[in-house]
Amino acid sequence: MNTLQKFEAKELQKYTEGKTIPDFAAGDTVKVNVKVTEGTRERIQAYEGVCIARTNGGLSASFTVRKISLGEGVERVFPLYSPRIDSIELIRRGSVRRAKLYYMRDLRGKKARIAERTTGHGIASANAEKDAARAVKKAEKSAAKKETAKAKKETTAKK
Amino acid sequence: MQIRTYERKTIMRTGLIAQKAGMTRIFDMDNGKQIPVTVLKVENCQVTAIRTQDRDGYSALQLGVGKAKINRTSKAQRGHFAAAKVEPKKKLAEFRIAPENVVDLGAEIGANHFIVGQFVDCQSTSKGKGFQGGIKRHNFGGMRASHGVSVSHRALGSTGQCQDPGKVFKGKKMAGHMGDETVTIQNLKIAAIDEEDNLILVHGAVPGGKNAWVLISDAVKKPAPEGVPMPAGLRTQPAPAKEQDDVVAEETVSADDATAIEPAEVTQSEAEAAVKEGSADVASPEDNKDEKKD
Repeated sequence: MNTLQKFEAKELQKYTEGKTIPDFAAGDTVKVNVKVTEGTRERIQAYEGVCIARTNGGLSASFTVRKISLGEGVERVFPLYSPRIDSIELIRRGSVRRAKLYYMRDLRGKKARIAERTTGHGIASANAEKDAARAVKKAEKSAAKKETAKAKKETTAKK
Repeated sequence: MQIRTYERKTIMRTGLIAQKAGMTRIFDMDNGKQIPVTVLKVENCQVTAIRTQDRDGYSALQLGVGKAKINRTSKAQRGHFAAAKVEPKKKLAEFRIAPENVVDLGAEIGANHFIVGQFVDCQSTSKGKGFQGGIKRHNFGGMRASHGVSVSHRALGSTGQCQDPGKVFKGKKMAGHMGDETVTIQNLKIAAIDEEDNLILVHGAVPGGKNAWVLISDAVKKPAPEGVPMPAGLRTQPAPAKEQDDVVAEETVSADDATAIEPAEVTQSEAEAAVKEGSADVASPEDNKDEKKD
């Protein structure tokens, strides 16, 4: 680990302390609670929309959230580790086939919908069932194989 | 005519040598603003020599950083480092100081030499760009892409007048070598200091590539803020570790001495042998001459 990586790791720890950033990707609907200062008062403002892009890169990681506000498309880019972000909530997972959903900018109305994703990456319950089923199948198969092997051995020994 | 004189607002204290680790960003915890920073690492920055008014005609500190291999250090350099009782350094540089700001020989200056919010000047060697044309080197405009321009879209244009003056004036901006020169960036703000890892984070860019040596000193054109350590910010280390370091330094010095003696002996004996051979050689022609005479 070089000096820069070490420093960035240390800083990351500082910024993520007491925070949990959900595992979200492009296509997911997220609610970003942003700290807003009005005069001397500080309050939290929620910004909810579809995450259309995520850029990685350590401290400089960011994500773009798009929403339709009063009939007008609005996009905001948030630095992932910004101290101005109070929390990020994952509302809904979307099924998409791109990492960057910039094509959403040209779509409106019904075409701009994203289907909900119920399986695959990051969905624990569905995965758990599938994995369990797979594991059982595998165990059965291997047991069957062993038996057949044993039977073969016995037959060869008899001969 | 009045001669403009420049008065320094602060008493000159030493700077230090750091190595550029690269650039990243940090967040301002108050307003969430992102600050682009250059990470500069200070590694074993020690005083290797002191220049005084009496002996050298000016007062300055010579600092050394890094850790050079002993077998890659010349004998003369080894002697120089041994005199200061420090391990061989990779990079040496001098900083002019006011006579009252002398630091002890061998003292280690750390990142705490500067304070957050202070302005500094950073000097380094810029990245080499090779031979470049006028557009890149001097920000010339170039010519149009169309409208009858042929072949000379990125050409310099005119370099002067006609028969009078009949020459190109000196200093005319032309194509040539760009970069790889000493560049000083003034008034960079210290964004943060990491005393644990001895890092200095400077707001903005610093010339040079990664691993470039950077000389950091107090800004010449801005007064130093109050609370800057005088005469220098010495690295605070746990006491036992420092003792160990001293021991190591002494050991290496003694090892140096030993190695220094051995080659000396070898060279002496060789020299003697050479002298003997030489005398023999010299003797033989004389003999021949004698024979001829006879």
